[in-house]
Amino acid sequence: MTMAAMNDAMTSAPGKGRKLGRDLAGLAAILALAVLGYFLFPNNLALLTRITAIALLVLSLDLVTGYCGVATLGHAALFGSGAYAAGIAAVHFGITDPLLMLACGILGGSLAGLVCGVVILRAHGLPQLVLSIALIHLFHEFANKASSWTGGSDGLAGIAPDPLLGHFEFDLWGRTAYVFGIVLLAVVFTILRLIVRSPFGMLCRGIKEDPIRIRAMGASPKLALMKMYVISGAVAGTGGALNAISTQVVGLDSLSFTLSAESLVMLVLGGTGSLFGALTGTIVFMFFEDLVSAANPFHWLTMVGALLIAVVLFAPKGLYGTVAGLVSRWWGTFR
Amino acid sequence: MSAIFEVRNLKRSFGGLAVTNDISLAMAPGDRVALIGPNGAGKTTFVNLVTGNLAPDSGDVLIGGDSVTRIDAIGRVRRGLVRSFQVTRLFQEMTPAEHVALAVLQRDGRSGRLFGHFLAMPEVMAEVAELLGKLGLRELMHRRVSEIAYGQQRLLEIAVALALKPKVLLLDEPAAGVPQSDTGRIEQALADLPADLAVLMIEHDMDLVFRFARRVIVLAAGTIIFDGSPSEVTKNPRVREAYLGSYANAGHAA
Repeated sequence: MTMAAMNDAMTSAPGKGRKLGRDLAGLAAILALAVLGYFLFPNNLALLTRITAIALLVLSLDLVTGYCGVATLGHAALFGSGAYAAGIAAVHFGITDPLLMLACGILGGSLAGLVCGVVILRAHGLPQLVLSIALIHLFHEFANKASSWTGGSDGLAGIAPDPLLGHFEFDLWGRTAYVFGIVLLAVVFTILRLIVRSPFGMLCRGIKEDPIRIRAMGASPKLALMKMYVISGAVAGTGGALNAISTQVVGLDSLSFTLSAESLVMLVLGGTGSLFGALTGTIVFMFFEDLVSAANPFHWLTMVGALLIAVVLFAPKGLYGTVAGLVSRWWGTFR
Repeated sequence: MSAIFEVRNLKRSFGGLAVTNDISLAMAPGDRVALIGPNGAGKTTFVNLVTGNLAPDSGDVLIGGDSVTRIDAIGRVRRGLVRSFQVTRLFQEMTPAEHVALAVLQRDGRSGRLFGHFLAMPEVMAEVAELLGKLGLRELMHRRVSEIAYGQQRLLEIAVALALKPKVLLLDEPAAGVPQSDTGRIEQALADLPADLAVLMIEHDMDLVFRFARRVIVLAAGTIIFDGSPSEVTKNPRVREAYLGSYANAGHAA
């Protein structure tokens, strides 16, 4: 083929530069929001760190649900395993360096991802969903019974992480934990942007649309999905470890069906199949929850439900997906 | 003649009914074979047996002289047996460029790569642009598949199959559902298939069969009743009978 044709093919591609621009814009948005949050809610950094940890869980869920089409209501198993791995490493093995705890969390999350993947990927559709629910209950019950390791229903307390990098104490105000969380989120977000755009990301999108077609191309959908599940586990494990390090306690709620279901709600709220959607959903849901539960402690769940119904009915692509769609149409009209 | 693709005494029954009954055939590189037969002749079962989506009761499937009977569908694709689908199976949200790039990357064992983007891989893009250019899809390469015409989607099916660099290509009704005005493009694409590729086309459209094939195999009631040149097939009394329907009934007793 001629060089000219080659250039032609490259230049007519839908903006490689624009994609890079969106990456940087996304990263800038995360950092800007982080700075804004720091100054707007200086007394509530713990909540912001919690939001960051949950954002990692929702991003992780987006990888398997949004990008691969796997139906799961048990994704907190990966998050909780990461949290317990980091916590147990600190309490029972004296590994109190935050970065090592993080590594343990990532490992724990990945292993849980492997286990859940092996089970969940055996089925499709509704049976898959049921398997995922069964799994999260099994994980929860296991953690409850193994109380000598996990603290059972009292939670795993006594996690005392060392100063970060030997310098930054995890202070009472939660500043170090917050900055640590934001850095983790920014790093994970950047890596995931690369992954979803990579050949592997493309393969996964193909599997979501038509696994039979992928097989006819000579690729194994199951193997690819397993790999994505392990990656997803690493991301959720990062979130879990962050939660363990920042709150210095791991409770059974981090391995709960409720958290699994909530993370799916957040993802749907923001928009599946988009990393921005996952972030948007988490932030909106967590803030909304915080706001309405303070305003009306008894009926706040009703309001969360109403918001979800409104989004599903009127913005089925999720908040981010809908806004992005409107903006790109607007952009198209006025360009 | 060294066969690149061979089927030996393939048998498969469903509940006592032999849907594929002792089929044997061999193809050499460059062969252009059309497989035809009336409805219910067992063409679909044959395709599923050959591609590995269905296990035979007995018999053998060989690619390049090696038996692949015990190898699954994915393994057969990797050994060079590639199929296209009767009803297009494409990713509606993806572009033609992404389809072909994914096939190229998969063929080279790079579809599991976690970094880089195919648009930034010059060697992949060169192949994508060349292949889509050959099939007249270059201008559409960055459109979504859901936005392109059905005839073009059929061409893309062929492009994806070719990107896998097959040794044997199984085309399942490549012109099915394409408006008359577009069949010319498909026929041209079929005429331009690589010369050393062995092509087995399953087709209903007899005009297309006569223009494309240099050898015609007629399947009826699960057995091959004719294997010869296109010019002879219409004269064959057994073929005529099969298409009139009486053979299909007689086949059950056999």
